[in-house]
Amino acid sequence: MKKSQDSNTLFNVESIRKDFPILSRSVNGKPLIYFDNAATSQTPQQVIDVIVDYYSNYNSNIHRGVHTLSQEATDKYEAARQIIQKHFNALHSHEIILTSGTTHSINLVANGFASLLTKSDTVLVSALEHHSNIVPWQMLCEKTKATLKVIPMTQDGALDMDAYDTLLLLNPKLVFVNHISNALGTINPIEEMIQKAHKVGAAILIDGAQACPHIKPDVQALDVDFYVTSGHKMCGPTGVGILYAKESWLHKLPPYQGGGEMISEVTFEETTYTGLPHKFEAGTPNICGGIAFGAAINYMNSIGFDAIASYEHELLEYATRKMNTIEGMKIYGPKENKTSVISFNIKGIHAYDLGTIIDKLGIAIRTGQHCAQPIMDFFGISGTARASFSFYNTKQEIDVFVEGVKRAAMMLR
Amino acid sequence: MKIETIKEELIDEFSMFEDWMERYEYMIELGKSLPIINARFKTDDNIIKGCQSKVWLHADLESDKIIFTADSDAIITKGIVAILIRVFSNQSPEVILKTNTDFIDEIGLKEHLSPTRANGLVSMIKKIKMYALAYQTQIGL
Repeated sequence: MKKSQDSNTLFNVESIRKDFPILSRSVNGKPLIYFDNAATSQTPQQVIDVIVDYYSNYNSNIHRGVHTLSQEATDKYEAARQIIQKHFNALHSHEIILTSGTTHSINLVANGFASLLTKSDTVLVSALEHHSNIVPWQMLCEKTKATLKVIPMTQDGALDMDAYDTLLLLNPKLVFVNHISNALGTINPIEEMIQKAHKVGAAILIDGAQACPHIKPDVQALDVDFYVTSGHKMCGPTGVGILYAKESWLHKLPPYQGGGEMISEVTFEETTYTGLPHKFEAGTPNICGGIAFGAAINYMNSIGFDAIASYEHELLEYATRKMNTIEGMKIYGPKENKTSVISFNIKGIHAYDLGTIIDKLGIAIRTGQHCAQPIMDFFGISGTARASFSFYNTKQEIDVFVEGVKRAAMMLR
Repeated sequence: MKIETIKEELIDEFSMFEDWMERYEYMIELGKSLPIINARFKTDDNIIKGCQSKVWLHADLESDKIIFTADSDAIITKGIVAILIRVFSNQSPEVILKTNTDFIDEIGLKEHLSPTRANGLVSMIKKIKMYALAYQTQIGL
């Protein structure tokens, strides 16, 4: 039976949209259509309220003050850590390290491994990565003289799993792969990749920045060593994210930055580090950001990840079908097994031109290389246009977007 | 033609348009009249950095005047380069260095002037001025 438009009984998109004040603004005289969700998600009032409440009522430094405000802020910050722990099903809350975001988390791990790798070691990185999951490992390999090998991708935009099996014969120490590709939306078979990495004794880091807005990962079930993500992709603020790491790894890795909060005793002769998670949280953290990240996770869970995934899948299928009616349309990446991201080009039209014209129509999409130049090089293109949908988008918006693209194409041909 | 006259001409032309769509359509038209760079100068060295689209710019000195040629893989960017070249080409290095770019605001394309815009208009102007400075130094010698 065909579902009626946007009226999934589990899911009332019109009421959800009311939670997001930004969705009622206009851009260039047109109602905003925000299809750049893979770059950053919008913020619901429930999260904005938490941010305002923090600065209005209990802004103070945490973990050291004896006064009431400091206690309140510390309690809320640590409560947020527990919300995050529960969400990702980490065994301990001290396995959740609050960072400034995915990039910070990756650098923290890469830096820690600098003392654990030697020049005879190999590390694997997937060809589908964002620059932030390539460059830190290149820097690590430069420092340690370890060898960086790339797990190649196929024409469909999926990882070549046969090649992965072969590369594992090199007994790598570490594997890095994203859960979902930001440029193409490909969902990687991380369960299988984690198991196979462990069989040869390799540790594995999963970059979940693109996955967490759509999927609720269970880090214990995955048995993953490191899982990283950012708050701003999942309705939270920018400047906050997490590193989940198994406790044993957090003991093995040396601290990343020195400073306040991460020490237990300091003399000029010797400093002893404090316990987890503070060992990796030097300095005053993004207190408000951490608390708001917790609120964002609560907000998304109140809608429910199953409902989100099924509605977004409906949007993806609808948009794919509609976009394929546009003359000269080429969609990159897999047909199945992907999230609500459509990376595309129209024959004879530069993505930049398209993005510029439809911005005039109030539509926000991303154009360019999506910080994933190796993927663009693989397809032999200079970039793509990327529309990415979230649970607060609608089919009506997709209709306006498709008409806008057609109109732009007419102007640009 | 004097550079000020060309600027006024452009401002006049763009003042006829009522909305953004007509302005962009005209810009696309201008892009088609761009004096295209000779293929042998379409090298990586001549690519202007800071553009989401590729822009190649070349400059020749012909009897004390600089002649610019260019190309881009994006059509709107081509229009923007065409506007710049119409103003700055066939002028002396001294005039090019002295000329300000207020006309871009006046023709309603101010949004492209922000340094963070991916089209690299700011980088194009910088490159044009750098060519002028280089040729001025060369003539001075």
